[in-house]
Amino acid sequence: MFPTPIERRSAAVQRLYKTALPFAMVLWLLPLIAVALTSVRSAGDITAGNYWGWPTSFNLVENYSDIFTNTPLGSYMWNSVRVTVPTVIGTLALSCMSGFALAVYKFKGNMLVFFMFVAGNFVPFQILMVPVRDLTLQMGIYNTVTGLALFHIAFQTGFCTLFMRNFIRALPVELIEAARVEGVKEWRIFWFIILPLMRPAIAALAVLVFTFIWNDYFWATVLTQGAESQPVTAGLYSLNGQWVAAWHLVSAGSIVAALPPVAIFFLLQKHFIAGLPLGAVK
Amino acid sequence: MSASRASRFNQRSLAPVLFLAPAVLFFMFYVIFPIFQSIQISLYDWDGLGAKTYVGIDNYVELMDDEAFYTSLKNNVIWLVLYMLAIPAGLFIALFLNQTVFGMRLYKSLFFFPFVISQVVVGLVFTWFYDPSYGLLNVILGWFSLGPVAILGDETWVTYGIIFAGLWPQTAYCMILYITGLNAVDPEQIEAGRLDNAKGWNMLRYIILPQLKPATFIAIVVTVIGALRSFDLVSIMTAGGPWGSSRVLAYYMYEKAFSEYGFRMGYGAAIAVVLFLIMMIYITVFLVKMYRDEKGH
Repeated sequence: MFPTPIERRSAAVQRLYKTALPFAMVLWLLPLIAVALTSVRSAGDITAGNYWGWPTSFNLVENYSDIFTNTPLGSYMWNSVRVTVPTVIGTLALSCMSGFALAVYKFKGNMLVFFMFVAGNFVPFQILMVPVRDLTLQMGIYNTVTGLALFHIAFQTGFCTLFMRNFIRALPVELIEAARVEGVKEWRIFWFIILPLMRPAIAALAVLVFTFIWNDYFWATVLTQGAESQPVTAGLYSLNGQWVAAWHLVSAGSIVAALPPVAIFFLLQKHFIAGLPLGAVK
Repeated sequence: MSASRASRFNQRSLAPVLFLAPAVLFFMFYVIFPIFQSIQISLYDWDGLGAKTYVGIDNYVELMDDEAFYTSLKNNVIWLVLYMLAIPAGLFIALFLNQTVFGMRLYKSLFFFPFVISQVVVGLVFTWFYDPSYGLLNVILGWFSLGPVAILGDETWVTYGIIFAGLWPQTAYCMILYITGLNAVDPEQIEAGRLDNAKGWNMLRYIILPQLKPATFIAIVVTVIGALRSFDLVSIMTAGGPWGSSRVLAYYMYEKAFSEYGFRMGYGAAIAVVLFLIMMIYITVFLVKMYRDEKGH
């Protein structure tokens, strides 16, 4: 292991390291700790400029129920769920199949199709913005969660195909060959042999795509407007405009918006971390 | 026998087409065609609703004389250069955390936290951190009887302030790439290095870093893309201000296309095409490397 494991160092170094660790973490997360503290402050603290001292009172329940009762935050959150969950399912369904096709079959243009997905995955969003907005308008699904989710499914398919294809390539080929000799049909090979083996990749991608889509802000502002369809990222931004200097409410809203991806990440952190490096190369 | 063989053959050439069709059609429709449509729209004058008027390369000619375009381009370059700091910073934290003391897994997750939360939240947090009257930055500066400075209201500092906010999640991203990379480093080579008396910096330079090459490559790719996609933070923290000094191409394009003085889709598309061409350089490098890896496979 590099650097030298701390157990092999002197007792003094070990003690220093163990003190430095929590200290570094607090420093790293200081902005978030401040937000969490502010989200329970009273309005009085905010007007008095008490941002960084100890709160004079803890208004946890008041602030958090305030943002849900007096603002459409609840419906923004629900919209985010309605965009994110179908996107995760749709993307995984499409990319399991396309990844399988690109990994298992040799055919003319295989590499070309694969590179199309990879290259498309990297383009700046702005080059797609005007046509995609226009397309969505023409299909009559502008300002709906459907319109937003459909675009996300298509775009995320690029990255997920890359990921799935590399994952399937690392599986033993003999399995497929053996099944073919037995006369098993191609779609049954996919469904009964490959798909069960892809479980770790599916889990990793589900977490990644969930985080990406939940946190998307650009497409939310381009394809939706208003509380009936906007997800929480765009909603938070418009609420921020209304809550001028009401930092305790902004903070509480930020915490609520950040919670779902954070919760998913902690529940499935093993898959998440395994997924990131697998994504781009193998 | 031969009939069944023919059917098997057909099945095997038909199967990839069927498996690929939904993904390819969807991707073409929403990603590939729009790229070409944007290039086409950039040759028109269009408000997004009415008729399009063909203007040839007029949008690009106008762009050449547009001061705001150069400001955005310059800021994109600053973003690209400074964003790279996330890579050594991420490596540094990864090395710091690559130990097996009690609770390490939790520490690693907590250090990764900034990447999991939305850039909207990151933007709001840092706007508040920089707040000239109450922000923590100015409280700290006050201890040294410095300040107050309004980072986000100052044309010289604003872009650096936003980039600093962006480096926070980006460093976390690079850190996690290096942590997984360090796990895959061959322990035997490290032991061999130790026997040869390689230590500290030399060990890192000659034994560890070469083995971390794949991680570094991905870190560079995601950081470049992150820098060129820098839209969210600019939109949330300053909306391009003050006086347009913190605009980047991605934001300027959006502003032009959906301007309050009327939508200029053609001009916006022209800006997007420039951004796309810059990105194409990196995409090409990436594809060439990938192609070589595949051939060597």
